[in-house]
Amino acid sequence: MAFLVEGFRRSFIENDFYKIFIDGFVATLTIAMFAVVIGVAIGIVLAVVKVYSYRTGKLKIARFFVEMYVTVFRGTPVVVQLMILYYLVLVNIKSGLTVAVIGFGLNSGAYVAEIVRAGIMSIDKGQSEAGRSLGLTEIMTMRHVIMPQAIKNTLPALFNEFITLLKETSVAGYITVIDLTKAADLVRSRTMQPFFPLLSVALIYLILVVGLTALQGAMERKLQKSDRR
Amino acid sequence: MIDVRKLSKSFNGVTVLDSVSAHVGAREKIVVVGPSGSGKSTLLRCLNLLETPDGGEIYFEGELITARRYDVNMLRRRMGMVFQHFNLFPHLTVMGNITLAPRKLGLMDTAAAEKKAMELLDQVGLADKAQEYPNMLSGGQKQRIAIVRSLAMNPRVMLFDEPTSALDPEMVGEVLSVMKALAEQGMTMVIVTHEMGFAREVATRVLFMDEGRILEEAPPGAFFDSPENPRLRDFLSKVL
Repeated sequence: MAFLVEGFRRSFIENDFYKIFIDGFVATLTIAMFAVVIGVAIGIVLAVVKVYSYRTGKLKIARFFVEMYVTVFRGTPVVVQLMILYYLVLVNIKSGLTVAVIGFGLNSGAYVAEIVRAGIMSIDKGQSEAGRSLGLTEIMTMRHVIMPQAIKNTLPALFNEFITLLKETSVAGYITVIDLTKAADLVRSRTMQPFFPLLSVALIYLILVVGLTALQGAMERKLQKSDRR
Repeated sequence: MIDVRKLSKSFNGVTVLDSVSAHVGAREKIVVVGPSGSGKSTLLRCLNLLETPDGGEIYFEGELITARRYDVNMLRRRMGMVFQHFNLFPHLTVMGNITLAPRKLGLMDTAAAEKKAMELLDQVGLADKAQEYPNMLSGGQKQRIAIVRSLAMNPRVMLFDEPTSALDPEMVGEVLSVMKALAEQGMTMVIVTHEMGFAREVATRVLFMDEGRILEEAPPGAFFDSPENPRLRDFLSKVL
C-alpha cells in the first residue's frame, strides 16, 4: 500500500508532474478536435466531387486527384505522413502541434471522404430528382436534401473514424508534440515508474472514447425523430 | 404551351423515344397511356429535362428549353412534377417539405411560405399533418403532400408520373380526387397513368404510346370508344 502511495506521489505530485499530464491532455484534445473539423470539411468536399463526377461524367481530372489523395493518405502510415509534413513539407512551421492538426486533418479527410461518399450513394436517386424538379440547384439539393440524410446514415461510421482519430493522435510525439501519450512516457522515464503514468493515460483515453460514444448515441436519437412510425 | 418536336432518346443503344412530336395547350389535361417500356415516363421526364433528349426540340411558353445554355432551374420552377414513389424528403416535416424550395430559392419568406403551405394543405385535407414526418403518413397522404409541395412553387404546368401506381387500391381515390380538383381549377396537366376511368373523365386528350412512338391521339370519347390503331385496341382490351 505504501508502495502505491509513493508511486502515485512520484508520478503526479513530485516536480508538479500532473501539469505535464494536463498539458498533454489539452494537446491531445486540441489535435483531435481541430483535425475532426478539417477532416470532415475535406471529406465532404472530396465525396461530393467524386459522386458528382461519377454521375455526370464531368470533373474527371478533379476526380483523379481525389482518388490519388485518398490512395496516398490511406495507403501510408499516419505517423510517416506526420514526419514527412513536419521535416520535409511544412518546415517553416515550428509548432509540432499545428503540423499535427494539419496532418491528422488531411489524413482523416481521406477516410471521411469514403464514408460520406457511401452515405451519399445510399440515398435514393428520387430524392435528388425531387429536389431538382422543384427548381433547387444541384448544390442546394446536395446541401438541403441529400447531405442531411447521408450524414445521418453514416453517423456510426463517422464516429468510428473520430474514435480512431482520437487514439491515433498518440503518435504526435514523433513530431515533438507533448500529447497525453508522450506526457506519460516522459514521466515514466523520469520516475522509472511505468504503472501510474501508463494506466492513468489509458483510462483517460477510455473515458474520452466513452464520452464520444455517448455523444453519438445522443445525436442518433435526435436525428431519429423522423424515423418514428 | 409545350411543343415537342421530333424528340428522340435512347438508353445504352435502346431507343426509348423515336421522333416523338406532341403539343400541350394551356389548360389542357393530357393523359399518356401505354404498356410499360413504351417511353411514356421518359417523355414526361424529358419535358422538365430530368432526362436529356438525344435529339429533337422542346418549346415551353415559346422558349427553346432544349437549347444548350437554357437555365433548367428556372424552367423547373414553373413545371411541377409528381413521382410514382412520392420522393418526399424523409428528414423534413410535411411543412419543411413544402416550404423548402420556395424559401431556399428566395421566392417567399418563411412566414409567407408557411401560410401558403397551410392553405394548400387545407385544400387537400391534410392541414393537421403539417408538423409530422413523412414516415408517419399513408401512401395516399404522402402523394397528396407531394402534390402540394409542387403546387407551392406556383407552377404553370404539372407533370404526373404514374402518381397512383405505388398506392394501395383504397388510397388511389383520394389522390385522383385531388388531381381532379386541380384540373377543375384550370391547371395545365400532363399525366402518365394506368387509371383509364380518370383519363376518360378528366383528359382533354389521351395519347397512346408504344415502342417509343405516339400511335394514337384523341379526345377520351373517341379514344376509348372507337380506337383505330390495332395495338391500342389490343391494349385497351387488356386493361379495361
